[in-house]
Amino acid sequence: MSRYYTEDHEWIEVEGEAATVGITEYAQEQLGDIVFVELPEEGAELEKSKDAAVVESVKAASDVYAPITGTVIEVNSALEDDPALVNSSPEEDGWFFKLTIADESELEGLMDEAAYKSFVDGL
Amino acid sequence: MNAPNKSGWKPSAPVTGDSDSPTTTGNRALMLEEPLIFEIGRTGTTGVDLPPVPENTSNRLGGMERSETIGLPGLSEPEAVRHYTRLSRQNYAIDLGLFPLGSCTMKHNPRLNEKVARMPGFADVHPLQPADTVRGALEVVSELANWLVTLTGMHSVAMSPKAGAHGELCGILCIRAALEARGDARKVVLVPESAHGTNPATAAFAGYEVEDIPATAEGRVDLEKLKARLGPDVAAVMITNPNTCGLFERDMKAISDAVHAAGGFVYCDGANFNAIVGKVRPGDLGVDAMHINLHKTFSTPHGGGGPGSGPVVLSEALSPYAPLPFTAKGEDGTVHLVEEENAGEWGHSDAFGRMTAFHGQMGMFTRALAYMLSHGADGLAQVAEDAVLNANYILRSLDDLLLAPYGESGPCMHEALFGDEGFAEDISTLDLAKALIDEGFHPMTMYFPLVVHGAMLIEPTETESKAGLDQFIAALRSVAERAKAGDDSLKAAPYFAPRRRLDETQAARKPVLAWEGELAPAGKPVASEIGGQ
Repeated sequence: MSRYYTEDHEWIEVEGEAATVGITEYAQEQLGDIVFVELPEEGAELEKSKDAAVVESVKAASDVYAPITGTVIEVNSALEDDPALVNSSPEEDGWFFKLTIADESELEGLMDEAAYKSFVDGL
Repeated sequence: MNAPNKSGWKPSAPVTGDSDSPTTTGNRALMLEEPLIFEIGRTGTTGVDLPPVPENTSNRLGGMERSETIGLPGLSEPEAVRHYTRLSRQNYAIDLGLFPLGSCTMKHNPRLNEKVARMPGFADVHPLQPADTVRGALEVVSELANWLVTLTGMHSVAMSPKAGAHGELCGILCIRAALEARGDARKVVLVPESAHGTNPATAAFAGYEVEDIPATAEGRVDLEKLKARLGPDVAAVMITNPNTCGLFERDMKAISDAVHAAGGFVYCDGANFNAIVGKVRPGDLGVDAMHINLHKTFSTPHGGGGPGSGPVVLSEALSPYAPLPFTAKGEDGTVHLVEEENAGEWGHSDAFGRMTAFHGQMGMFTRALAYMLSHGADGLAQVAEDAVLNANYILRSLDDLLLAPYGESGPCMHEALFGDEGFAEDISTLDLAKALIDEGFHPMTMYFPLVVHGAMLIEPTETESKAGLDQFIAALRSVAERAKAGDDSLKAAPYFAPRRRLDETQAARKPVLAWEGELAPAGKPVASEIGGQ
């Protein structure tokens, strides 16, 4: 299992043939209280760096981008009733969706945990 | 001679009673507590006297008459009047004080405009009246269109869009029609980070893919990155100028030239036109379409006082696709309405359609034209100068205390932007805004634009006096100093508003949108009569 990060503050955890995507602790803190999450539909084909989900907080609505290209195989429907999960557990219970990995080489351009940490420290 | 004040009381007299103790009614002197209308209304009470319907009266409802009660609260006329008047006293309005919302232009609505709009020849016309009976009203629309085209240096104007975002859609649909007419199905609209949030929404609604263009460190469109992205798939670029960082896009002409060279069109969000009206003509900057918010730049009522009105000025290239209807002047000077049935006669067969059933917001047209005519061309230029002067006065009166992220990027335009850097940990822009309510001001725009952390966007407008601005600045300085010093009492503000801090998160997550209860039957006492709660 390995976890990667994007400059747009998504994390992606690779587990065999599939990957789980969510937003980072830093992102949830910046957004403030999250009040609504719009998830992609299962079966949706996502393209790297294109819109995948929408997260709405008391401050703003933001797009969540797909870190890699792939097909959505599962979404975290718990977020529909309890969007606060993204605040309380952004990198575990508050995951957004799982998708297939169309092209493993796309993962190479992403940051690992240490690189993301220094990226955030520089903001 | 003044009457002597026998009690010797002065406003500065010390408070001897307990000012926090509750009153029996829940009222605080003239601040009146007010329940929901459903809680004070009864069944069986009415403000209207209707004669009883005689038995066996026939009707023509064909069996569709109501068979159950509909649960509306019944109140006498004075009860209804008092209810809404009491609520209105808990509100804040442009007629009460400064409304510093950035990106919103809450400016004074001159009373002359209201007088003109109420003249029966303008106020009492119907959109289906024969054109011959409304020549004066048509003349107003035509004259306003002439002012808008002249002030912007553009070729034509579509008057019918109902507000800013509606105008954006109109402009983008004109662009789409122009591209389709040349058989060029471009798919992408570029929107810089410094644009209004409605811009990407408009492009997506019109069927385009939206791509961001980053801003430079100084808060303007990154011209090189924009140029690098241009290509045969780019239909248009949507630029807000002045932008949401309160800055004039100095490279506008170069941007337009590059977009045109790549075969695309330039949409300009003109919501902030009040900063440049009479000073800059967007047509000279290569703009193809731009909406103008009459309810902002030209002082027609805004917010709850609306409706808005968002005419769109168009370049020569886009004019053939402008929506119907519009006004046109015949050779004898008579103003005519151009609609579907006579569009061909006026050489306008390529209109993309209509934005609205009728001709636009007539009541706003009369107000906007009254504003223009009372200011004159030189007066409108001074509107822009004073708006910019006031915003810069605020920027420079606070930038020693609050971070002005683009303070070095040159003078701001009509709005001043600050960030929350330097606030004590745990104290947020929201806390500062709530404390500003206690000081008697409506808060500024918060957390927008998104590119600035804890953003505070302040637009004073041109009609505020220096004395008024100084009061606002003093209030903002005092709460900003408390925010930087870590004064935890800010977290519970407001203390003196009709309601204390509301739970915005809960309101968004679990909104209660409908009253669920039972109306008190006639004759029973209601909540307001048994102690206010």
